[in-house]
Amino acid sequence: MSAPTPTADDVLVEIRDLHFARGDKPIFAGVDLRIRRGEVTAIMGPSGTGKTTLLKLVGGQLQPDRGTVHVDGDNVHALGITGLYRLRRRMGMLFQSGALLTDLSVFDNVAFPLREHTDLPEPVLRDLVLLKLQAVGLRGARDLMPAELSGGMARRVALARAIALDPTMVMYDEPFTGQDPISMGVLVDLIRRLNDVLGLTSIIVSHDVAETARIADRIHVLSGGRIVESGTPEALYASESEWVRQFMHGLPDGPVPFHYPAKAGFAEDLLGAAGSGHA
Amino acid sequence: MRNRRVVEIWVGLFVALGAAALFALAIQVSNIPVFESTDGYEVELRFANIGGLRTRAPVTVGGVRVGRVSDIRLDPDSYQAVVSARIQSDYRLPEDTSASIYTSGLLGEQYIALDPGGMDMYLRDGDEITLTQSALVLERLIGQFLYQMGGDNEEE
Amino acid sequence: MLNGLQRLGATSLEVFARLGRGFLFLLRALAGMPALALRPGLVVQQLFSVGVLSLVIIVVSGLFVGMVLGLQGYTTLVNFGADQSLGVLVALSVVRELGPVVTALLFGGRAGSALAAEIGLMKSTDQLSGMEMMAVDPMRRVIAPRLLAGFLAMPLLAAIFSFLAIFGAYLVGVGLLGVDSGAFWGQMQDAVEFREDILNGVIKSLAFGFVASWIAVFEGYDAEPTSEGVSRATTRTVVNTSLAVLGLDFVLTALMFG
Repeated sequence: MSAPTPTADDVLVEIRDLHFARGDKPIFAGVDLRIRRGEVTAIMGPSGTGKTTLLKLVGGQLQPDRGTVHVDGDNVHALGITGLYRLRRRMGMLFQSGALLTDLSVFDNVAFPLREHTDLPEPVLRDLVLLKLQAVGLRGARDLMPAELSGGMARRVALARAIALDPTMVMYDEPFTGQDPISMGVLVDLIRRLNDVLGLTSIIVSHDVAETARIADRIHVLSGGRIVESGTPEALYASESEWVRQFMHGLPDGPVPFHYPAKAGFAEDLLGAAGSGHA
Repeated sequence: MRNRRVVEIWVGLFVALGAAALFALAIQVSNIPVFESTDGYEVELRFANIGGLRTRAPVTVGGVRVGRVSDIRLDPDSYQAVVSARIQSDYRLPEDTSASIYTSGLLGEQYIALDPGGMDMYLRDGDEITLTQSALVLERLIGQFLYQMGGDNEEE
Repeated sequence: MLNGLQRLGATSLEVFARLGRGFLFLLRALAGMPALALRPGLVVQQLFSVGVLSLVIIVVSGLFVGMVLGLQGYTTLVNFGADQSLGVLVALSVVRELGPVVTALLFGGRAGSALAAEIGLMKSTDQLSGMEMMAVDPMRRVIAPRLLAGFLAMPLLAAIFSFLAIFGAYLVGVGLLGVDSGAFWGQMQDAVEFREDILNGVIKSLAFGFVASWIAVFEGYDAEPTSEGVSRATTRTVVNTSLAVLGLDFVLTALMFG
């Protein structure tokens, strides 16, 4: 909320030495990350690196094996259920699917957190909801049901719902996946604008490099369970690491090979198969 | 909001229907002895043999049901069967009322038939009916019959 | 051989794990119950989808079960000249057994599977996670009202079923086959006890309602968050509900009438 000077006060989310494994499969092996107030921070990485898992750890939905996550000074995983719920009121989260409640209309979806957490009289509530819907440009769609919305609209409604309680931070889980260019543009613009106008802190988890790089102040690249590189988008495009460059520019071949590792060589495979398809 | 009202009306209707069905079951299907067993008085009857009498068997006077058997146990000293019967309080029975165990139909349920006497004193809660006639057990009846047929010449 | 044993061990461990999860889940859901006193609207909403929407199938099956029972009972009883006892036969079998049990089985197929599918779908589309992130406890907001509604709806549905079954038997027995109306009701009233029979039937259906809705909400909540997971959860709901109801019915019957 103040000028971006790197003091401890300036950090909203601090992740230290985070370890997490799902079954036998390690997902994070020592993630260190600081997210500053007021910025749009992107966490990027190829599919399956646990970006969504990271958001769930920040939101306290998952318990880390080791390490800490501090949000606004509170250790998320040391809070009791009451403390955690109080903290979550200051977090908004936009799920990849939108996660709108299917049996409620657009209006009621946005009103949902307000109705659950406040005792506002109906006219005030209505004004607030319309305000939020206006912010995402969907005031006219208030009476539609979630099933009648396009994917992009559903995400905007979910965004309106995420900011309904005026949170300090909003987390976006793959906000651009599967969107047509127009709604993608709308979302990109919306995330940046809401961040600046409402004084939010935004965390975007994505693998859509171009869109994310357009609005992010800072990008952290996640790979192999660690942050491999951090910096501004420009710095990352010009990264010295071959891997990061391959990822940022979307090159088909590089340190990450085009071919999935096979036991035998291609020629051997073809010749050795000799007739039977399933050797 | 209108939708919510419809839901409320339907649910109200549903609950009312369920309650009505339950009420109908209580009134029309069962004899609802909740009222019966609370008011009424209990009398004890002693029988040498009750045959197949069971709890909840009817107690009748002149074929009209006036109560039910509420408990059956054995007196450990006299080896008599002690039957408790709950009689509806509308019916007053003289103290010299006698009781028998009969069977409704040839193979039907057994019940207690009361035969009111002529005394002015009436039975009260906890009183005992002393004039009782045991159940007729078919095997014993046949046995007796055969014995009498056979013993006619020797004894009488 | 060893492999088979291992699999058997793993399967039985999974069974215990599910049982444990289900029990903990139930405790958490019960902990969310008191808060419902402040939001009765949530329960009313669920009573609609669990109770009112099951009415049609309950009404139709109740009538038909009663009619069949009347027909079958009559043809058997008339051989012994006991067709006057048709009312007793039907009323006792319906009030004690068929009413609660068949209602619970139908409930599992209609309301239980719908509950499991709904909750499973909410899970697979992140709606439950989304609620958690909005600081709304889905246990309290989603699970508890459904559990309570199922528990409340079952005895009402069973009463409606039983009444209609007896009415159906009356239609066939008295209306069609010429059993004496007075004997039909009179013998029934003599034989059916309110406390012993009807109240025990209600207690049974309360127990079934509790178990059936517990299974349904748990299967939904425990479903793998995929389409196959949800469809498996609905199937499991119907199967497990049927087994649980029949097993429980045996135990309860032994306790009550044994």
